[in-house]
Amino acid sequence: MSEFLQQLVNGVTWGSVYALIALGYTMVYGILRLINFAHGDIYMLGAFFAYYAARAMGATSNPSPLMALAVLLVAMAGCGAVGMLIERGAYKPVRRSSRLSALITAIGVSLLLENGGVLVFGADPKFFPQIVPVKSLALGAGVTMTNQQLIVLVVSLGLMFLLRVIVLHTRVGRAMRAVSFSHTAAALMGISVDRIITFTFVLGSMLAAAAGVLVALQSPKIEPYMGIMPGLKAFVAAVLGGIGNLPGAVLGGLVMGIAEVMVVGYISPTYRDAIAFVLLIVILLVRPAGILGRNVTEKV
Amino acid sequence: MKHAVWLAGSIVALLALNFALPRLFNPYIVQVVMLCGINVILAVSLNLINGFTGQFSIGHAGFMAIGAYGSAMITIHAGKGWAAALGAAGIPAALAQAGPLLVALLGGGLLAAIAGYLVGLPSLRLRGDYLAIVTLGFGEIIRVLILNIDAVGGARGLPGIPGWANFFWVGAGMLSVILVARHLATSTHGRALFAIRDDEVAAEALGVDTTTYKVLAFVIGAFFAGVAGGLFAHYLSYLNPNSFTFLKSIEVIAMVVLGGMGSVSGSVLAAILLTLLPELLRPVKDYRMVMYSLMLIILMITRPQGLMGSRELTLAMFRRRRAAAAA
Amino acid sequence: MTGNGALLTLDNVTMQFGGLKAVCDLSLDIAPGELFGLIGPNGAGKTTVFNVITGVYAPTAGQILFEGKPIHGLKPHAVARRGITRTFQNIRLFGSRCCRDNVCIAGHQHAEAGLADAVFRTPQFTRDEARMQREARELLEVMGLAQWEETPAADLPYGQQRRLEIARALAGRPRLLLLDEPAAGLNPLETEELMHLIEEVLRRFHLTILLIEHDMRVVMGICRRIAVLDYGLKIAEGTPAEIRTNPKVIEAYLGEEVEADLGAGAGA
Repeated sequence: MSEFLQQLVNGVTWGSVYALIALGYTMVYGILRLINFAHGDIYMLGAFFAYYAARAMGATSNPSPLMALAVLLVAMAGCGAVGMLIERGAYKPVRRSSRLSALITAIGVSLLLENGGVLVFGADPKFFPQIVPVKSLALGAGVTMTNQQLIVLVVSLGLMFLLRVIVLHTRVGRAMRAVSFSHTAAALMGISVDRIITFTFVLGSMLAAAAGVLVALQSPKIEPYMGIMPGLKAFVAAVLGGIGNLPGAVLGGLVMGIAEVMVVGYISPTYRDAIAFVLLIVILLVRPAGILGRNVTEKV
Repeated sequence: MKHAVWLAGSIVALLALNFALPRLFNPYIVQVVMLCGINVILAVSLNLINGFTGQFSIGHAGFMAIGAYGSAMITIHAGKGWAAALGAAGIPAALAQAGPLLVALLGGGLLAAIAGYLVGLPSLRLRGDYLAIVTLGFGEIIRVLILNIDAVGGARGLPGIPGWANFFWVGAGMLSVILVARHLATSTHGRALFAIRDDEVAAEALGVDTTTYKVLAFVIGAFFAGVAGGLFAHYLSYLNPNSFTFLKSIEVIAMVVLGGMGSVSGSVLAAILLTLLPELLRPVKDYRMVMYSLMLIILMITRPQGLMGSRELTLAMFRRRRAAAAA
Repeated sequence: MTGNGALLTLDNVTMQFGGLKAVCDLSLDIAPGELFGLIGPNGAGKTTVFNVITGVYAPTAGQILFEGKPIHGLKPHAVARRGITRTFQNIRLFGSRCCRDNVCIAGHQHAEAGLADAVFRTPQFTRDEARMQREARELLEVMGLAQWEETPAADLPYGQQRRLEIARALAGRPRLLLLDEPAAGLNPLETEELMHLIEEVLRRFHLTILLIEHDMRVVMGICRRIAVLDYGLKIAEGTPAEIRTNPKVIEAYLGEEVEADLGAGAGA
């Protein structure tokens, strides 16, 4: 029983990371009907920005929570900027084109970030400095949690809560929701659709960056292709919960994380990546709208 | 009668080219030509699905993989034996291999076609983006499966495939897929596919069974991708799952998009161009992928219809140009 | 044919989307050769009726009989093959294809050459294809669109696009033609031409036509019988004269301006 609980704890922790990335996917899809293939690579950039920031600020020599926070904020800011750049430079020009064009553009951006990363950072993996020394915390019933896991959980939840506040209780959030319903109507209401779209990208990128930093804290090996699988899995998580639906993304992320940890723990580690695709096929065959999604039928 | 003449003429031409090619050019150039040919088959077959019918299929490498490994297994476990038996009976090597190779290629294609059916049928009620993700997932699942099945070599790869595929076979594959695509395009069935791309609801309302046709596009496209995979296997004599990643699918998509979705001649041109490009860019190998990705982005922004749009390269174009120049 | 000789019968048809009843207990009989109008305020459920008839939706309750046989629950392409084709409220042409191709596609269901014939270019295919192209050209000729045969449909002027949609629907050789607001966006002269066109088409192709329209001149001018929907319910049915003076209809359309329109229709 305690092993099951342990796996659950691990799964929830992993799941919250997937949730952070999935939120970015789902926000962009909700507002643009675009699958931002490059989102997983933003996650990777977050880890790398944090790596270089940590080195520049001397985090290895004097690790501290404040240092960790600073590194996190730098990474988030950097990725926010990258997100804005990508949106303005690559996605905005193809907004009026066919969906397939936008999809291919997104694939192109993803490849660009990955291979650009190889050029700039080098293909060999780097090792993220241990800014937060590992400590194990006993939660009772034989379940332990590292302080790193706790940080991941706390920061993820904090960011998700912050996002919820922004989306539900601010003017910008209301504008975001309006634009996701209808660009035309929102524009007629005086909302600058372009600015809101950019803002959505920035927000999503910041969350992905945070996810990258949190993961790098736990598993310090970072390399330019590290964003591919988590990105794909987070996307499946977003679809699972209902793409375009923010609570759905969180739910999907948690389900994905728990499922993955359970499969690795109870079946076999080799199928770790496969579970994501199995979940994808199942949800698309059984309930394509996702767990919390609504089926939107086309008006004939 | 006319058909018979064309068929005979093509076979003769292919045999001649097959004979001349290795004797005129060094092995490196021959290899590039062969890869061009295989990519042409892949691009035209994907065009049937993405270009003609407007479906978002981004896991084409999966169909290629099934064809490659399927045909390889058929040859290794049966074909080699048949060829040996035929050879022992006095039949010259080229002919003794031809039969088994044809069986293997068609077998691989058939397996891929079945996969196309299985992927296509349930996914077709999904909206465009979702279909893309399912096809992506399918491609990845195939790759992971191959990695984990020891009987086909797994991560170590599958060696020992006889290298029976020469230019004759690749050329024949190319001609077949181009013929099928063109003949479909200019028939009522092709019109049905294009109608589905332009407006599925209207097509359905006018009597086109859209589900059947979408599955058909998948099945035919997958079949030829499988044939391409089989040719690939029997050319390289060795298979590795790393040849069939999502990146390979993207390369084929890039060819279809660059050529112009719905244009068969566009796919042919683009496939040749994009096979030559990495070879030409070998000196700047490190920058190759970055340039490739930039090309995709810039292409989508500036000229999403690609080189040919949905038009075809025809002789009439050249005649008109000559007439205009003469005038 | 059903006992009462109707071509199309809607029998207590209800179409419900979640909590919304778009069409409520609708019963309708359309006789062969009729030009039947379906009118009502926006959102009354008229296009939904078309969608239910053509199989886009399966009715939540009720039956639909065409030539005596049930068609409810059939997929749209099967309904088309039974002999019912339609045009759309928002034009749904195959924009990238030329006009002739647009018409040819509707002829697809009558193609005799199969897939193998097309791939191997058998004589059967060549004959069949020539026939389809010839029939498409003839239809374009009849509809006055011959000059745009090679033009992509998206490049046509709006009025001609509406005509092309009708031509395309005719190529399916229907016995029942559903026209969804064919006069939308047309100026008075074009509307006049359309009215003549619809009557001509009705006669020439021995059709039955079911028409959704907001333009009262068109409805009152050419329809033999009219049904009025409001909030999914049929509130009146009868000849133009009867509908014109029906108080429930006038109320549904909110009064005086419409009364004037209906009055104007009487003079047309």
